[in-house]
Amino acid sequence: MIKPKPNQPEPADFSVEKREVNLTINGVKQEIEVEVWTSILDLLREHLHLTGTKKGCDHGQCGACTVLLDGTRINSCLTLAVMHEGAEITTIEGLAKGEELHPVQEAFIEHDAFQCGYCTPGQICSAIGLINEGKAKSLDDIRDLMSGNICRCGAYNNITKVVQEALERSRT
Amino acid sequence: MRPFSFTKAGDKATAIKVISEAEEGKFIAGGTNLLDLMKFDIMHPAHLVDITGVALKNIEALEGGGLRLGALASNADTAYHTEVEKRYPLLSQAILAGASPQLRNKATDGGNLLQRTRCYYFYDPATPCNKREPGTGCSAINGYNRWHAIFGASEECIATHPSDMCVALAALEAKVQVTGPDGDRIIPFEDFHRLPGNTPEKDSNLYENEMITAIDLPPKGFSENFTYIKNRDRASYSFALVSVAVGLDIKEGKIMEARIVLGGVAHKPWRNKEAEALLENMKSTKKNFENVADAIVSEAKAYEYNQFKIELARRSIIRALMQAAKTEE
Repeated sequence: MIKPKPNQPEPADFSVEKREVNLTINGVKQEIEVEVWTSILDLLREHLHLTGTKKGCDHGQCGACTVLLDGTRINSCLTLAVMHEGAEITTIEGLAKGEELHPVQEAFIEHDAFQCGYCTPGQICSAIGLINEGKAKSLDDIRDLMSGNICRCGAYNNITKVVQEALERSRT
Repeated sequence: MRPFSFTKAGDKATAIKVISEAEEGKFIAGGTNLLDLMKFDIMHPAHLVDITGVALKNIEALEGGGLRLGALASNADTAYHTEVEKRYPLLSQAILAGASPQLRNKATDGGNLLQRTRCYYFYDPATPCNKREPGTGCSAINGYNRWHAIFGASEECIATHPSDMCVALAALEAKVQVTGPDGDRIIPFEDFHRLPGNTPEKDSNLYENEMITAIDLPPKGFSENFTYIKNRDRASYSFALVSVAVGLDIKEGKIMEARIVLGGVAHKPWRNKEAEALLENMKSTKKNFENVADAIVSEAKAYEYNQFKIELARRSIIRALMQAAKTEE
């Protein structure tokens, strides 16, 4: 038996069933072997090292892990990777076209819609999801429909402005 | 999270067979509540049966004028469905008052009915809780019970059901279609959830290994006179302290039928039919609405920190009725 290194936990004495799952992530089709308990968030961060998507609360309360699943915004922390065979996932890393940023990314920079930046990837994916959904009509709607994304720096005013502008641009 | 094994079921029969053979099995669909509870070690199924591949996503018209919501339709697709928006705006409003857009995109209609209480003692495995571990006691009853029930609670449990959607479904008198090892059955919405009594570990009257297949809405949608009011600690993305769903059928200035259901105040959506009947053949006046509100809250019982809910409920009922009836102050 291998002795654990000092200050390291002993190896776990259980195993978790593994499955192959086919996913298209940021346009790249791939087959990935994951443990069945792996969330999409952990698959992105730990398996693919796409660390743009953030783990805030890991309980669906903060929105930092928001990604687009088949074009729809979801909390990637609250769903299992094995449940999404064949799905297309877009993360913050998949929005720009080469050096050209996505218009919503561009607008976040232009309007200084962040301070520390930790919630920003989730905010941007959520804003794109909101625009795709096409339900927000007023500033109040935007505030309500962005309420699943918490910003502890309090950059809400500029985030709301960005989403409003992006929404108007998407209509023209 | 504890390890579990996993099966995908492509049809109802397979799903029921697999869950019946599994030890400590659970269905998973949206997963937004179950996975959260598994991460907190509140629920620990040994086996998950993924039912997202079962064909239950459709929303379709029923013969006779009703509407069937497939158990796997998402909360968002239901709230924004044209027929729901047009004929059951109360349901649409209630769904959109709950959770966040990301959660509504994932959460299913069947799962919404089966979500568990948000009692913070239930969520904290370090404290006693009869719902989580029967027989250990209730930490809320003598604890910080600001969020807790004012109707129908027991000495064993004072938790509330957290759903907004279910409050509207109770007002609409929806029917829950279920299937299980012993076949299909239909559960009227008022009999679906239960009061805690001395078995608070049971949230609903669903039998073991049964699954919800659909929620049927009757033809009557109260689309002319309805409202959903939700009072909470912030304007969005928070559970209800007190919510009220109202549907009124008004003909020639008189109320033919009233439905009044409260959320955030009991172990299930709270409805008082005797109080509703006080409005039959009555006019939509503030005085009449106050009488009904008084009748409903006369049965309320508060604990140390949720006394405010009784007056909040009374005022919310009056306001909801005024809004639904379009009565001026």
